[in-house]
Amino acid sequence: MSHFLKDKTAIAGIGLTEFSKKSGVSELSLAAQATLRACDDAGVSPSEINGFVSYTLDSTDEIELARTVGAGDLKLFTKVNYGGGAAVGTILHAVMAVATGVANNVICYRAMNGRSGQRMGQGVSGQIISSDLVHWSWYMPYGMLTPGSWVAMIANKYMQRYGVTCEDLGRVAISQRNYAQNNPRAAGYGNPLTMEDYLASKVIADPLRLYDFCQETDGGCAILITSAERARDLKQKPAIIRGVAQASTQGQEQMTSYYRDELDSLPEMELAARLVYEQSGLGPDDINAACLYDAFTAEVIMQLESFGFCGRGEGKDMVRDGALDIDGRLPNNTHGGLLSESYIHGMNNIAEGARLIRGTSTSQPAGVEHVLVSSGVGVPTGALILGRD
Amino acid sequence: MAQSFRMKPPMGEDNGWWWKQAAEGKLAIQRCQSCQTLRHPPRPVCGECHSFEWDHITASGRGTLCSYTVLHHPQFPGFDYPLIIILVDLEEGTRFTSQLINCAPEDVTFGMRLEMIMHEDPDGFRLPMFQPAQGAAA
Ligand SMILES: [Zn+2]
Repeated sequence: MSHFLKDKTAIAGIGLTEFSKKSGVSELSLAAQATLRACDDAGVSPSEINGFVSYTLDSTDEIELARTVGAGDLKLFTKVNYGGGAAVGTILHAVMAVATGVANNVICYRAMNGRSGQRMGQGVSGQIISSDLVHWSWYMPYGMLTPGSWVAMIANKYMQRYGVTCEDLGRVAISQRNYAQNNPRAAGYGNPLTMEDYLASKVIADPLRLYDFCQETDGGCAILITSAERARDLKQKPAIIRGVAQASTQGQEQMTSYYRDELDSLPEMELAARLVYEQSGLGPDDINAACLYDAFTAEVIMQLESFGFCGRGEGKDMVRDGALDIDGRLPNNTHGGLLSESYIHGMNNIAEGARLIRGTSTSQPAGVEHVLVSSGVGVPTGALILGRD
Repeated sequence: MAQSFRMKPPMGEDNGWWWKQAAEGKLAIQRCQSCQTLRHPPRPVCGECHSFEWDHITASGRGTLCSYTVLHHPQFPGFDYPLIIILVDLEEGTRFTSQLINCAPEDVTFGMRLEMIMHEDPDGFRLPMFQPAQGAAA
């Protein structure tokens, strides 16, 4: 029996603002631009939007955006927790609402002045914490204040266990920077990266260097979810949602799940994989391209294992074989990703997933039937499989 | 080291007691009074048997290095860089996040034996740090 959510809904529209280091406009303005562009992309009037979903970290409330863009009566408004882990979660909430008839046309959005305003890279020294202050307090007094420091602890353990080298991380950074050369929106456009550049870049949180980190960006991205049936009558080829799931596992902390027996895998991502494969009836062999969440390079290699594209410890071998490149086994983050396009907290990776299904990526691999998209690593997360109609 | 910079933990119902132990020079580990399971970081309920009753033991301070990172950037005022942050597998069986001192970054190794040393800031705030075990048989 097929899963209730499978194939019921689709991404009908995507909308992006310009990406920059200083937008000069409010986050509400960015959210509104992205939303209106997503509506225009789909051919849906903003007045038909009756649901909004964003991240708890997003400063733009659903009703502020609804008023701004002239949306209709709202039947769904919600925010998903845990930073970049929320990306696919917003899609799940929209899909559940549309598949059950609670709402019809839902916008999932994330808009951030992530460079000129509140920078995620500044970590918990800023204002992003509240109720989980006690959790962070096991790290703050020691000066462990940034995402890079939290991720490096796991990356180092994983690399030591499986013999992953700095060059392997560099290969991920370079592969995605190469894709960015075809994408004028990308922060890395016009700035190719060599292994020499990579290895010469400064160490931030050993073993992570500058180019292992994503691009703090000002920008917004919106995704329009509607029923598969409606999407077929709209402007774009629908990206059918074959499966979508949120996942959090035992011992889960936000970024610092350090107290599990094993630290060299991603249990929450393995759960996301199991759920999304079960729901879609698909497996790793059916996936032709991916947008694996890439706030940090090391996370991409670990996820190749989480999603069963290879065995434990073999992610580095796939990378060395060029699997992530355009002619490889699994072209990954063909827009440049968070590392080389922009860091819109993973929403821009979902937009690229839809483009890959439409066949409109600036680096379009041949024969893409199914695309896997994941959200934040080391946090409660999720996974999404999009398919061609 | 200049010190009043350090972000102090909020002292809530679930964690304040642990910092009081640290202030007395002790590295505490919470223990379920019903099933004796040790847990860290502290939580109000035992995840194994769901008992709300707990006390704590004082750790020996001995352990081995599980993982580490050497922080270079960004540099927050007051901390000494490169700053070595570690996960320690305590011999009692729980894991603890801390700082490694009296050790050069290039001398850090996975599995190295460590011992706790209670650090005290000029304002009197105390927190457990670790250093390479002195005279430890490998
Ligand atoms: Zn118990």
